[in-house]
Amino acid sequence: MSTAGQTERSRVQFLQGNEVCAEAALYAGMRYFAGYPITPSTEIAERLAERLPQVGGSFMQMEDEIGSICAVIGASLAGTKSMTATSGPGFSLMQEAIGYAVMAEIPCVIVDVQRGGPSTGLPTHASQGDVMQVRYGTHGDHSIVCLTASNHQDLFGIVVDAFNFSEVFRTPAVVLIDEVVGHMREAVRVPEPGELDLTERLLTDVPRDVDYHPYAPREDDRLPMSNFGGVHRYNVTGLVHDMWGFPSEKPKIVNDLIHHLYLKLENRKQMLTRWREWSLDDAEIVLISYGSSARSARHIMENRRSVGVPIGMIELQTLWPFPSEMIRTKCRHAEYIVVVEMNMGQIVHEVKRAVDRPERVFLSNRVDGEMITPTDIKHLIRVIQGKGV
Amino acid sequence: MIERFVLSGTGGQGVITAAIILAESALHHTGFHAVQTQVYGPEARGGSARSDVIIADREILFPKVLEPNVLVCLSQMAYDRYCSLVRPGGVVITDPHYVKRWQHASSRHVEVPLHDTAMRELGSTQAINICLLGALVRLIPIVPLDGVREVVSHRFPERFREANSAALDLGAGLVKESVTTF
Repeated sequence: MSTAGQTERSRVQFLQGNEVCAEAALYAGMRYFAGYPITPSTEIAERLAERLPQVGGSFMQMEDEIGSICAVIGASLAGTKSMTATSGPGFSLMQEAIGYAVMAEIPCVIVDVQRGGPSTGLPTHASQGDVMQVRYGTHGDHSIVCLTASNHQDLFGIVVDAFNFSEVFRTPAVVLIDEVVGHMREAVRVPEPGELDLTERLLTDVPRDVDYHPYAPREDDRLPMSNFGGVHRYNVTGLVHDMWGFPSEKPKIVNDLIHHLYLKLENRKQMLTRWREWSLDDAEIVLISYGSSARSARHIMENRRSVGVPIGMIELQTLWPFPSEMIRTKCRHAEYIVVVEMNMGQIVHEVKRAVDRPERVFLSNRVDGEMITPTDIKHLIRVIQGKGV
Repeated sequence: MIERFVLSGTGGQGVITAAIILAESALHHTGFHAVQTQVYGPEARGGSARSDVIIADREILFPKVLEPNVLVCLSQMAYDRYCSLVRPGGVVITDPHYVKRWQHASSRHVEVPLHDTAMRELGSTQAINICLLGALVRLIPIVPLDGVREVVSHRFPERFREANSAALDLGAGLVKESVTTF
């Protein structure tokens, strides 16, 4: 085997999805992780505890998830790309501080490996019940970035995207995977350095001893940062604030800030939307799915195609902000739209809001902790087609 | 071509490690795709262990095995629970030391005396999962034995290399001919 061949071979690794999250975060430049281990996300912390010191980063096991997210926010503000990982119960605990990161506009990445809920729920089983919690879990009007993937190669890229988006928009970005993707092992080709674009921290060029306005946007709307504890003194608060970072109750400042926090993401869906699609051109039935459910959906889509059923599929990789225009356009000619997810119906409502004639939209779901199977989806399709199970 | 394996037994026997090695060997030493999952749920408590491996010549989408072509059972509980899942024409591999078989018409049954051989030749059952891999890839020749040997040698510390290699050959020596499952 040639040297190039050996290098290529060593780039292809057989990993769990959780391990892919860890490797992709390192690739993206993440050098600080604080977390509290929880099934089914534990392998992320486990791998980073070993890997971060090897690359000059820091790993901290915290006392709980509240401490974890707060440490991540602090490390990021001080200038290091930072991440935490958890599952539903820990994600619930993090909500208050996630709101703080939204309000103070501090980039950070949170991986939520979903398990069954509510509460401690089903630690070792598959679920996609946290979709709405990512969007609305912390209080107050805001928008947030949420990305997901169904296979390890896409997951690698999605984690890098999450870091990039969090830096560009100064927002928490949530990587939302599920127990199946997190624990499954399959091949992943680790990209060469430089192969994927990385967005580095945008630092202010305001010199020392000159006033720095932490929330004064540049012409392109980006907010240059100054490493906290470095050369500038400035205020950071969860209160509504002005461009200095100091609290304000002036209606215009409040109004502008809320619009900014919401629209900086909602107006940039074109840049933020990641998806994959198959066989939509003549599709009378369109499946919409994401995460591990999308593996089952695509399985049955290809199976039905092979027997002549005009069926196509969209796999969402950006869940928030929800790509409503893309969904509306792609589903324009579909007779039926089937949303496949492992919850009581969360993305299905967004799809109904997005499309014309929402009565075309059906839900294929499973909430018993088992991964939804291609056969589960096939049964619903047959019922819709009036063929009976 | 698609081959669906379920490897099951008791916690500590190393069947999950064996499954990971099988899948990784297929990835690196054949042109095939491979996916491995394992059961973490309550059914995996109380000492039982199960891992699924799919090896196929095309992208593997649904990663779980509902109906295996190849079922390995190294405990009676696993055998009783999973035996009926095997596809018609599939093969069930058991060790008579652990499993008392009952008749199942639509699948073939292969008994491999892993436990007794390992105790006699190696003095312990520590490497029984490596023996199992040797027997398994001789029986279902989807991955070359030396491919498994290479992955095993990377996966464990250097000092176990020779012992594992011997365990692999010991297992392979227990199987005289391969079977087809599809």
